Amino acid sequence: MTDQTRNHMHLYFDARSVNEGFARLVVSAFMTEMNPTLEELADVKTAVSEAVTNAIVHAYSEEERQVELTCDRCGNELTVVVEDRGIGMEDVKSAMQPFYTTKPEQERTGMGFAFMEAFMDQVAVDSRPGFGTKVTMKKYIGKENG
Amino acid sequence: MEREYQIEGAEMTYRMPKEVDHHKAVILRDQMDRLIEAHQIRRLVLDFSETEFMDSSGIGVVIGRAKTMKFYGGTVEAVHLGERIQKICRASGLHRMITIKEEDGND
Repeated sequence: MTDQTRNHMHLYFDARSVNEGFARLVVSAFMTEMNPTLEELADVKTAVSEAVTNAIVHAYSEEERQVELTCDRCGNELTVVVEDRGIGMEDVKSAMQPFYTTKPEQERTGMGFAFMEAFMDQVAVDSRPGFGTKVTMKKYIGKENG
Repeated sequence: MEREYQIEGAEMTYRMPKEVDHHKAVILRDQMDRLIEAHQIRRLVLDFSETEFMDSSGIGVVIGRAKTMKFYGGTVEAVHLGERIQKICRASGLHRMITIKEEDGND
């Protein structure tokens, strides 16, 4: 018998700001099966929005390329991966510091990673200059109800 | 269609959209700054009664407008924030930068 608590989805979309809302919608639809509370749903949507926005704002400076979004469910564990093949980051540690931003003129607050960490249970960032950035986030759904 | 903003003298109330993200931020920033300058606005009220989603890009818009208003010697306040938007504001420390009037439950 197949495990009903396992599910997987994988998606590519253009690195355009109009797709930020689309990515949030896709992830919320994916996690509906896990019976999340409204707060859990909103937390994940916020974190996804931050990661996808980062990829769109920072990864590609010239030509418009794509962002990759993967969701996995295993029991009550949700894993969301947001990946780009853009410029990458030299110093991930600095980039993750609250208020660190390379684009203050665009009113970027530098709060993106802090928000991801605040709203998800685990956040891991893997980046290589010239190769891209991969953000892996996990959240355990339903832990508030025991 | 109803307009997003209402101007009375030097006061502007701006109805924030349902989702305040990076996609909307660019449009919001340009429109508000244009109106602030054209109408010499000195008191900006951001009405969040219709807003269901906001992320750090939205926080950037609010902080940016607070800076614009400070430059003109004016003020910004945020009103009618639902529970989620309050949580986002607290997480960002925005409540220490501008006046926030939370939803009072009677509306």
